[in-house]
Amino acid sequence: MGGFLLRRIGQGLLVVIGVTLIVFIATRMVGDPVKVMLPLSATDAQRAAFAHQVGLDRPIGTQFVDFVGDLTRLDFGESLWQRRPALDIVLERLPNTLKLIGAGLGLAILLSLPLGAIAALKPGGWVDRTTVFVGLFGLSLPQFWFGLLLIVFFSVTLGWLPTSGMGGAVYYILPAITLALPSLARLVMLVRSSMIDELNQQYVRTARAKGLRFPRVVLVHAMRNTLVPFVTLAGWELISALAGYTVVVETVFAWPGLGLTAMQAIQKSDLFLLQAIVFTVAVLIVVINVGLDIVYKLIDPRIRLA
Amino acid sequence: MNIPAMSSQEPLLEIEKLKVEFDTRRGLVQGLRGVTLSIGRGETLGVVGESGSGKSVTAQAVMGLIDMPGRIASGDIRWKGRSFLGNEGERYARDIRGKEVAMVFQDPMTSLNPVLKIGTQIGEVLERHLGMTRKQALNRAEELLAAVGISAPRRRLDQHPHEFSGGMRQRVMIAMAIACEPQLLIADEPTTALDVTIQAQILELLAELQQSLGLSIILITHDLGVVAGLCHRVAVMYAGQIIETGQAEDVFERPAHPYTQGLLRSTPRLDEVSDRLISIEGTPPNLVTPPEGCSFQQRCPLSGEACKKAPQLAHIRPDAEAACWQPSVPAWANPLMSPTFTG
Amino acid sequence: MAIPMPVTTPAAILRNAGRGPTMLKRLGELGRELWQDKLGTLGFAIIVGLLLMAIFAPLLAPYDPAAQSVVSRLKPPAWLPKGSWEHVLGTDHLGRDVLSRVIYGARASLLVGVVVVLAAGTFGVVVGLWAGFKGGRTDAILMRIVDVQVAFPGLLLILLIISVIGPSMMTMIIVLAVTNWMVYARVVRGIVLSVRQTPYVEAAEMIGCRTSRVVFRHILPNLSSPLLTLGILEFTNIVLAEAALSFLGLGVQPPATSWGLDVANGRDYIFIAWWLITFPGLSIAITVLAVNLFASWVRVTTDPQEREKRYAYQRAKAAARGRRQSPANSEGGSA
Repeated sequence: MGGFLLRRIGQGLLVVIGVTLIVFIATRMVGDPVKVMLPLSATDAQRAAFAHQVGLDRPIGTQFVDFVGDLTRLDFGESLWQRRPALDIVLERLPNTLKLIGAGLGLAILLSLPLGAIAALKPGGWVDRTTVFVGLFGLSLPQFWFGLLLIVFFSVTLGWLPTSGMGGAVYYILPAITLALPSLARLVMLVRSSMIDELNQQYVRTARAKGLRFPRVVLVHAMRNTLVPFVTLAGWELISALAGYTVVVETVFAWPGLGLTAMQAIQKSDLFLLQAIVFTVAVLIVVINVGLDIVYKLIDPRIRLA
Repeated sequence: MNIPAMSSQEPLLEIEKLKVEFDTRRGLVQGLRGVTLSIGRGETLGVVGESGSGKSVTAQAVMGLIDMPGRIASGDIRWKGRSFLGNEGERYARDIRGKEVAMVFQDPMTSLNPVLKIGTQIGEVLERHLGMTRKQALNRAEELLAAVGISAPRRRLDQHPHEFSGGMRQRVMIAMAIACEPQLLIADEPTTALDVTIQAQILELLAELQQSLGLSIILITHDLGVVAGLCHRVAVMYAGQIIETGQAEDVFERPAHPYTQGLLRSTPRLDEVSDRLISIEGTPPNLVTPPEGCSFQQRCPLSGEACKKAPQLAHIRPDAEAACWQPSVPAWANPLMSPTFTG
Repeated sequence: MAIPMPVTTPAAILRNAGRGPTMLKRLGELGRELWQDKLGTLGFAIIVGLLLMAIFAPLLAPYDPAAQSVVSRLKPPAWLPKGSWEHVLGTDHLGRDVLSRVIYGARASLLVGVVVVLAAGTFGVVVGLWAGFKGGRTDAILMRIVDVQVAFPGLLLILLIISVIGPSMMTMIIVLAVTNWMVYARVVRGIVLSVRQTPYVEAAEMIGCRTSRVVFRHILPNLSSPLLTLGILEFTNIVLAEAALSFLGLGVQPPATSWGLDVANGRDYIFIAWWLITFPGLSIAITVLAVNLFASWVRVTTDPQEREKRYAYQRAKAAARGRRQSPANSEGGSA
């Protein structure tokens, strides 16, 4: 267990180092941060002053050492847009994104298990075909468009739900559904195909030959095995949502989370803030990966954390 | 057809003119083409035949495991006189299967649920059929594991299948099958996937259980040696039909059907010195379009005009039947006639 | 009960290319099988239609997609009051013809999708083959790179890079290709490893077949079917990613057109001009749906077991309708 954790943390370290390198190369070597961050009207003197102030006029090697040093002190620099430490803004917005992901992914997980299982029981039956079709739709509708359609229908036409922003429970409904849609589609298809596979396995024949009642064969025997790939995919959904897939939903619904902040940072050319978001999320993903590995172990006794 | 059971009581299981079909892209495969057999209390029946002959399909039909694209087309399966088929039969069968008739499968590596504990998998049968509580079931499961020769059973209950060897898993499967003290155990090639030394142990265990529990056993195998050691009666299957049946000793001493004769010639024997094994040339017929007449005629050295008409099982001795127009004629007497020699 | 069956996958057909009439016959057979699957056929037809639409956009589009007209701004589609047949799907806030923009928009989606899948696929396949064949340390390092990159905060990193370099179609293609090659590498490596362990490849290697021969004779045929399915599915992901990036303003830039960009433009007018987001969004959805429908047919067809099951269900359905079909598929093959 200890060795496993160590290896996982080592891998996480590699991820963080990789992200550091990419961010550094992209921001300091490929692009010109001074040009990006200052308005076009800035004079050469202003540019030079700004470069000097944030240390961009030093040799690239020194810049890298400073960059890494700042990161280890969790100093991501000051947001140009809000004139306060970038990390503060990130930590302020992060919980909103986590709440949105919790609502959306929770919805997808809760719906996909029963739907996929029912569909799998009679492949080719009408529930199955409906599920496959809904799954295909969920995979095919662009998320931003689906969100806008929901707004047009439920907020503009019917006036039932708020169009955007964050507040009480009603504010969660449309963004959560929008975020859930593609995840639900993927998860439901996985549960369906995995359940079909599992129901054809020899151990299910054993269970049937034992005279076990149908619900037990399906829910205990087959479902328990389906959970193994299901947890893997659900973990992937969680990570990819964090990795930026909430950006679209947050933009459509003006949800004040990290994704929307990232888009605002881009519009305001606030490179330091964007950088802080990327690093925070990278570290968060590393931590979640370790957590997921422990969950895998609980679900699948064959995995050994050695 | 009527095979006399060992005891005078009514048979436990009767299968009558059972037909099973598989609807595939290549056409309708006739898996079973009218199989009739029965087994009485305390009896051991060996079902032999090569792969695809329908022996496993027969067992699956009894256990309700024929799935799409397969289906039972006609015939009947009766347990103590009551049918397993139809809606009411299905309901009846569900209470019988796992309790009065249980099955052990060929591959112990895939037959156990990989993510559930052994204790759960044995215990659930007891909870289902005998209404035990979880705790009672686990205690009984411990006894069962001990009974099939697994040491430290209490500790083993908490383990998962991947922590067991192949032979041990088959023992677990057997413990699960005998959990409710069934009257009939169907063992579908129970030793095929195991090492030779383990095979003998498992067969010994089955023989012991048969003695101690008074079990009837249907042993499905392609290994004639296994049948000889364990079975009272034997049924030989070919191309979805039973082509010969009788007392095991008789069938081995005086095989009547040319296929049985050929099968025996291709089996190594310890009690006879022979320097080569002889296989039967050709392959079993395609069951999409089975040949008119005797299904063995293409491979049979005796085949003639009469074989264009399908032979039915008929008595050749009071307790033996064969489906052949020229039963008990030595078909492979002349070594020059049997074309293939394998060292 | 095991039923041996001839494997007639598209891959097998490609392998048999050049054997003259056999291939044509197999293709015909495949076509008939596709025809049986109505949704798969529909998907295929839409894909062909979209390709033609993208290629012949200048001939099909009634207007220049960028031509603005102040007098005919925000005109509704023709079938609504105030709509006119001059602009069948209406006009946007700059008076541009929505239909023409939808037709031209297909170009961006399909181009980005195809180019990214080919680029990422080629790179991923090479890495996967390399890792699978070299094994040992090379494999460990390559797969570690894959693992690490998979754990990156993907989209956020994309946003950062695009905002620094400056958005354009080219930037988007490069960034999407660089962030999407890993899945191919993993799949290919997995298949190479499992195929190499099969007795026939071990035997071929043992008797001294050259590596290249082993690759071409034994491994590539096993790769083609999964890669085909994977490539098709990845294509849908890329089309959606292009739309999302363009919607966020980080993909295709005006005056070029893209469906995602048009949805973003129409967003400010959802209260008064619903058609501005509806038609481009619908175009994305239909494209992806069509590809998915076709992909699920391909997936089933390249999997012999699934293919048997599909056949059984179709037969069962036909039987339920009381229609009798001849049970034997004449070309299905004899054992």
